[in-house]
Amino acid sequence: MTDLAIRIEDLGKQYRIGASPQKYQTFRDTLVNFAAAPIRRIRKSLPIMNNDAQTIWALRHINFKVREGQVLGVIGRNGAGKSTLLKILSRVTEPSEGEVVIRGRVGSLLEVGTGFHPELTGRENIYLNGAILGMKRTEIDKKFDEIVAFSGVERFIDTPVKRYSSGMYLRLAFSVAAHLEPEILVVDEVLAVGDAEFQRKCLGKMSDVAQEGRTVIFVSHNMSAILRLTEETIVLDNGKLVFQAPTAEAVDFYMASGYQNIGERTWNPEEIPASANPFRPIALRILNHKSKVVDSVISSEPVTFEVEYALNKPIKGLRVGLYLMNMRGEFVFTTFDTDDLDTYDEFAIRDAGTYISRCMIPKDLLNEGRYVIGINASTYRVKRYFQDERALVFSVDGIGAPGKQWPEPRMGLIRPRLDWQIEKIGG
Amino acid sequence: MVKNHSAIPSKDGVLVLRPTKGWANLNLRDLWQYRELIYFLTWRDIVVRYKQTILGAAWAIINPVVNMIVLEVVFGRLANMGSEGLPGPIFRYAAVMPWGLFSKALATSGRSMLSNRSMITKVYFPRLIIPIASVLGGVVDFLISFLVLLGMMFYWHVAPTVNLLALPLIIVLALTTALGVGLWLSALNVLYRDIGYILPVLTQLLLFVSPVGYSTSTVGGKWQILYSLNPMVGVIEGFRWAVLGITPGTVIPLWNLLAISVGVSLVILISGLFFFRRMERTFADMV
Repeated sequence: MTDLAIRIEDLGKQYRIGASPQKYQTFRDTLVNFAAAPIRRIRKSLPIMNNDAQTIWALRHINFKVREGQVLGVIGRNGAGKSTLLKILSRVTEPSEGEVVIRGRVGSLLEVGTGFHPELTGRENIYLNGAILGMKRTEIDKKFDEIVAFSGVERFIDTPVKRYSSGMYLRLAFSVAAHLEPEILVVDEVLAVGDAEFQRKCLGKMSDVAQEGRTVIFVSHNMSAILRLTEETIVLDNGKLVFQAPTAEAVDFYMASGYQNIGERTWNPEEIPASANPFRPIALRILNHKSKVVDSVISSEPVTFEVEYALNKPIKGLRVGLYLMNMRGEFVFTTFDTDDLDTYDEFAIRDAGTYISRCMIPKDLLNEGRYVIGINASTYRVKRYFQDERALVFSVDGIGAPGKQWPEPRMGLIRPRLDWQIEKIGG
Repeated sequence: MVKNHSAIPSKDGVLVLRPTKGWANLNLRDLWQYRELIYFLTWRDIVVRYKQTILGAAWAIINPVVNMIVLEVVFGRLANMGSEGLPGPIFRYAAVMPWGLFSKALATSGRSMLSNRSMITKVYFPRLIIPIASVLGGVVDFLISFLVLLGMMFYWHVAPTVNLLALPLIIVLALTTALGVGLWLSALNVLYRDIGYILPVLTQLLLFVSPVGYSTSTVGGKWQILYSLNPMVGVIEGFRWAVLGITPGTVIPLWNLLAISVGVSLVILISGLFFFRRMERTFADMV
């Protein structure tokens, strides 16, 4: 049997969540509540007297093993328990039940630039951050030049980091973290920040680490990164490990999971975060050209996506939009209902009420395969009311698509019918 | 494999994480392995403290001098309280120094867990490092403020005695006391933010029940035992004895004052360490 780097047995983590806030009804109630609050709070904080404490299991009954040198991916929706798992593995927080056995030094990268102090210079922060991440001073001395070179901020190394651009700051922070050499590396969504160049560099460094034979646990929403870097992936859902398989299979399972209402997605009130208010999503539907709700559409026919939602209050500059993604998480396009200038002017302020925003996808656009629609309701640079990047999944059938006379899969996200001409110019 | 305690790597590098029940052990070995982090965090606190100030480290002198003047006016001139035969300013300054070390340590360690929240929720290290580093951060200011004391001793012809050799021990006692109280406050502050509001009041109160503006001999004889339960009494009188060579005319001999102080601060420190370790498991979830 190969050596195990990590063994997790029946792991669980319970969090206490406060009771839901009560609403004050009258001024008198407010005063009484105000006066009684300290007493109530003291009573609540004493565990024995605390009857109304609510708890949730962020993770429960988790079992898995990681071999030495294995690169394991972890995927799941927001709130599935990914971060909690990483926090337990990196010893930030304790499990509530079960146990984890780890063989080797763990380095965790739950965030880049932890402990960076804006007043300190780049040089000083390298030492401070290195020490926080568990590096010895001599180790940092040895790697200092390498860290600086990798970050590309040589010229500003003696400038306080508060004068850095956010890109420089990130590069320096990542550079320190990238030079950590633990036997087991635990990485959270650090790649989700920064520009494309930075992300490319991060991914490159990550695959170097993976190839060096170190054990890596990698959490990401970026399915192509997961596919590229990991061999095996676990899928978490609602605190449970629901699937463990070679990465390609796990990604497919994840992208297709949780879509019971086929062709239509509706939102229950408890699924909508309080921050969405006054926007309230009601449903997202896929309609074929006969206005029938379908989960599978034909590439050579037009498709309509419609979002039904309600506004409790008028919103200025609201835009309701859709993302289209393939099953690898790559975006096909993003579109908003007020993209058109005339509509944009007409709906500068959207009154309270119930709406449907409808969008028609022309025929002969999408390639065969499965796609995911996400929804976003926001005002530009002000507020994102609601977002669900994977609201609904559907498949596109290639019947009648261009080139269908050859029964081979076509590369590419789209399969447009293009205007080809063949001209004989000689002989 | 380690059976009784979680989160302690055994010799072959195997780490077992499981829920801890009851009182955790102190795990001082882990603390020792992270000693460089104590150094770096202390250094950070010191370097950052006077950035973007005009007067910089001069504040380490201005603060105690102003405090001394206020105390001199209130206790020396208005209340006409004695100063054991020495000039009032030097007598009071010698108390303001350890008091300043103590009160600053309380203030910084009390809020230290909150101000380092981003680290606590993202990276593992022994959490004890944070209050320890914030207490140590005051030592440099303390040493700078020594310059003024030396100047005053020169001016008023107070010659140092052989007692000075005991000064490091008195400083260690002051730091121990500050760390003990700081551990309690920092751990409590994670759970109850009220500590942030209580702290200034508490410090103010402690100032008046410590012999900073006056001498312990001012306190009535039968109250002296009760009074000396405040560990800062021994620290301050011990400090005056070490640098100025004076012994307070108390009913209880200075040595007993010191012994009580050592005892009380060890009780606070050890209970503080265990309390902190007990609360530590919830820090990342509560802070």
